[in-house]
Amino acid sequence: MKLDSMYQDIILDHYKHPHGRGLRDGDAEVHHVNPTCGDEITLRVKLDGNVLADVSYEGQGCSISQASASVLNDLLVGKELGEAQQIQEAFLELMQSKGQMEGDEEVLEDAIAFAGVSKYPARVKCALLSWMAWKDATAQALAGAPVKESA
Amino acid sequence: MIPTSRTLDVDAIRKDFPVLSRILPNGKPLVYLDNAATSQKPRQVLDALTAYYELHNANVHRGVHTLAEEATALYEGARDAVASFINAPSRDEVVFTKNASESLNLVANMLGWAEEPYKVDADSEIVITEMEHHSNIVPWQLLAQRTGAKLKWFGLTDDGRLDLSHIDEIITEKTKVVSFVLVSNILGTVNPVEAIVRRAQDVGALVVIDASQAAPHMVLDVQALEADFVAFTGHKMLAPTGIGVLWGRQELLEDLPPFLGGGEMIETVSMQSSTYAPAPHKFEAGTPPIAQAVGLGAAIEYLNGVGMDAIWAHEHRITEYALQRLQEVPDLRIIGPTTAEDRAAAISFTLGDIHPHDVGQVLDEQGIAVRVGHHCARPVCLRYGIPATTRASFYLYSTEAEVDALIDGLHHVRAFFG
Repeated sequence: MKLDSMYQDIILDHYKHPHGRGLRDGDAEVHHVNPTCGDEITLRVKLDGNVLADVSYEGQGCSISQASASVLNDLLVGKELGEAQQIQEAFLELMQSKGQMEGDEEVLEDAIAFAGVSKYPARVKCALLSWMAWKDATAQALAGAPVKESA
Repeated sequence: MIPTSRTLDVDAIRKDFPVLSRILPNGKPLVYLDNAATSQKPRQVLDALTAYYELHNANVHRGVHTLAEEATALYEGARDAVASFINAPSRDEVVFTKNASESLNLVANMLGWAEEPYKVDADSEIVITEMEHHSNIVPWQLLAQRTGAKLKWFGLTDDGRLDLSHIDEIITEKTKVVSFVLVSNILGTVNPVEAIVRRAQDVGALVVIDASQAAPHMVLDVQALEADFVAFTGHKMLAPTGIGVLWGRQELLEDLPPFLGGGEMIETVSMQSSTYAPAPHKFEAGTPPIAQAVGLGAAIEYLNGVGMDAIWAHEHRITEYALQRLQEVPDLRIIGPTTAEDRAAAISFTLGDIHPHDVGQVLDEQGIAVRVGHHCARPVCLRYGIPATTRASFYLYSTEAEVDALIDGLHHVRAFFG
């Protein structure tokens, strides 16, 4: 059934039991919203030299956006920045594939479960919300931006 | 074909709307419950559009050839239809815009550029409400920012109605304009116009009413409302997108300055200055949405054929039934009035902790089209402490069977995410 291709068990599991949720110490903080549906995320990035020491987040939104943030935390924390950026680019490419890609499990691990979401244009933004926030926060952390008070 | 009694022949009406018999790619028949976002279009409106383009297409108000005269007559005929539909004292009070947002922005800009006594400046106050669509918030925020005027608003009660308990403190001698929605697009609330208009008139403030969710569903009488401006859009009332209306009292339209300049809106133009055409043309710069206006005229003819009182009565019955059945669904919380009294046929709700996006997706799988999100009324979601809602909204072609399909669908949603 089509719906199951979007709501994979992996996604529902991350949604119900999110990994790394909660705001912790960070070098930069961003707040991103999906204006069409009201999904929101506050996300902090903590760097340790060239390594992504932590990605912490708080948010509200649909199962897709929340599960995606959980998967991001799993995948990126502990990685070197260059590798984390490659993973982010691979996820972005998968989400923009309109259902034409399956994703490289070696690189994306649980995130390949989102391949089905890429068939639903209205939901791609949900899946990408935390990833775009992460990219923004990382750029700010590298630029030495101070941590803002959480909203 | 269309009955004129108070009871609708819904089966006959549904046959006029081709899309309502559509089978979706997943094999499910369409259950269209997103009418507050936009309505579907009957064959009669589609035929009017086709006939316009096939037989009469020309630019309006210029040229002496046959097609130009026919196009002008059709366009101006639509203005007559609108004037009659809203009981306007004069057809010259009906300004065509592209949608309700443009109508409201037009009023805000008229007042921003106006001379006294209408001028909004740093000593002025603007009053709106917390249940406005963004289209009746942002234009006033812009006007306030540009003029230094103070923006104030009525809050909401827990049961989804305007809190008018401090009306004399909110609408004061400084208030230049009060702009509010007649029917909320997210809560479904029908607002008490008279109390607000009375207070606004006492302090000499202009009254602007956003009737976007009212015009499609109920008798709209601008004289009875006693407002100064009334805005609404065509596409929610069976007409095409791209056509909206601003009704304004004639003396105001004469006194207030134009906003957009260009062709059509002028009397004479020299390199130094111009004089303007009389209203409504003063506010209709450029080639207008001609076919869309013709479509709106056809839509009004269709609505009049059914009867606005009959449509209201039908939707009231559907709303009563839907409210009753929705409240049987466990964990479902209605955001807005829970009874059909002073209420229209848009019903927002939350379903436990299941995000509306997920609710909408699973309903879509069953062919049920609802709107999810904050419905361009984010302050309402903030007020009730929710990120978003799911909204089902009904129209003249909606049936109790469609309500039943929605309820079955919601049980399915709960099972899926349970």
